[in-house]
Amino acid sequence: MSNNTDKNSYTVIFAAVMVVVVGSILAFLASGLRPNIQENERIEKQQNILYAMGVNENGDDAGSVNFIPTDEVEEEFTTFIKEQLVIDQDGKITKNDQAFLIDLKKQLAAKKRGESFQLPLFIGEKDNKQFYVIPMYGKGLWDAIWGFVALDKTMTVQGVYFDHKGETPGLGANIKMRYFMDDFSGESIMKGTQYAGIAVAKGNNDPLNNTKDDNEVDALAGATITGNGVAAMIKESVNLYKDYLETIRVK
Amino acid sequence: MALLTKKDASLILDPLADNNPITIQVLGICSALAITAELEASIVMSIAVIFVLGVGNVVISLMRNIIPSKIRIIVQLIVVATLVIVVDQVLKAYAYPLSKTLGAFVGLIITNCIIMGRFEAFALANGPWKSFLDGIGNALGYGVILIIVGFFRELLGSGTLLGYPVLGDPIMKTGLYATGYENNGFMIIPPAALIVVGIIIWVQRSRNPALIEEN
Repeated sequence: MSNNTDKNSYTVIFAAVMVVVVGSILAFLASGLRPNIQENERIEKQQNILYAMGVNENGDDAGSVNFIPTDEVEEEFTTFIKEQLVIDQDGKITKNDQAFLIDLKKQLAAKKRGESFQLPLFIGEKDNKQFYVIPMYGKGLWDAIWGFVALDKTMTVQGVYFDHKGETPGLGANIKMRYFMDDFSGESIMKGTQYAGIAVAKGNNDPLNNTKDDNEVDALAGATITGNGVAAMIKESVNLYKDYLETIRVK
Repeated sequence: MALLTKKDASLILDPLADNNPITIQVLGICSALAITAELEASIVMSIAVIFVLGVGNVVISLMRNIIPSKIRIIVQLIVVATLVIVVDQVLKAYAYPLSKTLGAFVGLIITNCIIMGRFEAFALANGPWKSFLDGIGNALGYGVILIIVGFFRELLGSGTLLGYPVLGDPIMKTGLYATGYENNGFMIIPPAALIVVGIIIWVQRSRNPALIEEN
């Protein structure tokens, strides 16, 4: 037996068979689970968008992030999100009820290649107040980060949601903690008439984030690059939607 | 008859102390440094590794007579990667929130040298049941160290445990912070884990001098 397994022909055949077997298992599994996974991702996107505009089940204490429960989110989404818009490369705005399913990563890649692209934007209404929710996508330390920011007509942040694919647990991964995200509420993305975004600043002597007009929030210890990624992502996304935001901004 | 013979029991118990994968075999250090800034992450990682190493060891052990020795490392790698991806996909479909927590660990599990180390050193030469016990034992030994390191790093670095502020509020200066105590920011960054692991090794070897290597 041991002599057989040392032969070159056996090695090649074994490798080939193994690749085919493992490949089929994974392909079968991936296609079998796909509908479930897509449904979960759909629900998650709706939860995230609603979370950013303050429709969530957070308690008053700065504890954990609590989304609208999965079985209610579909209904709540249609109640609170009044319009879903798509802005194309020429600045043309169309309504699209499935805009939240647009993959921003693909659209940004298309934009970079100079091809046509579609940018989704969501207009929500809560307590007779308009919220403009913008999706964001950027780079963290290890992998992608993304999120949503909800603005009002004065370009003041009403809420944010961040998520990440593979930031370091305990460090960069903390961008999705409430104590970080809550700091953004009340900050303005404008500096004068410029769309400056919000910087994630170290040592700004404002750990409680009482100063809301400095375009800065307190950074996370040990997560400099992820924090810089968040700041760059906000600035980039806000500038993508600049033309539209300029039309709704109260000057 | 007991459920485990004495030899079987030692497969599980030895890696917990005198043959610990991290402090004695010096395997799996990379992930011990990377993810122990919080206790919760340490616990999640430990559970994931217990599963992958237990099942992986059995699979490799069952295949041990048919794996060509020239490409055994690649075969081992494929087995770990497949296992981890399968778990990740199933969680994504049926336990989405849990899969979000585990997402960042997937890559770290595949590259964990404990897993390859135990496949190579044990599963290739032993039967499935023994390999299973060895896998569980080593993963537990790894988990124990991870949880100890995570405990001290989160407590001293952030003043919390599993996210609960056990020492008071560092910004409002309540609890222990009222006396002038400050969090040690150094504990949050990975080099601190090296120091904590070093202290564990020191304590362990001074309690059991037989573990000290002769030069």
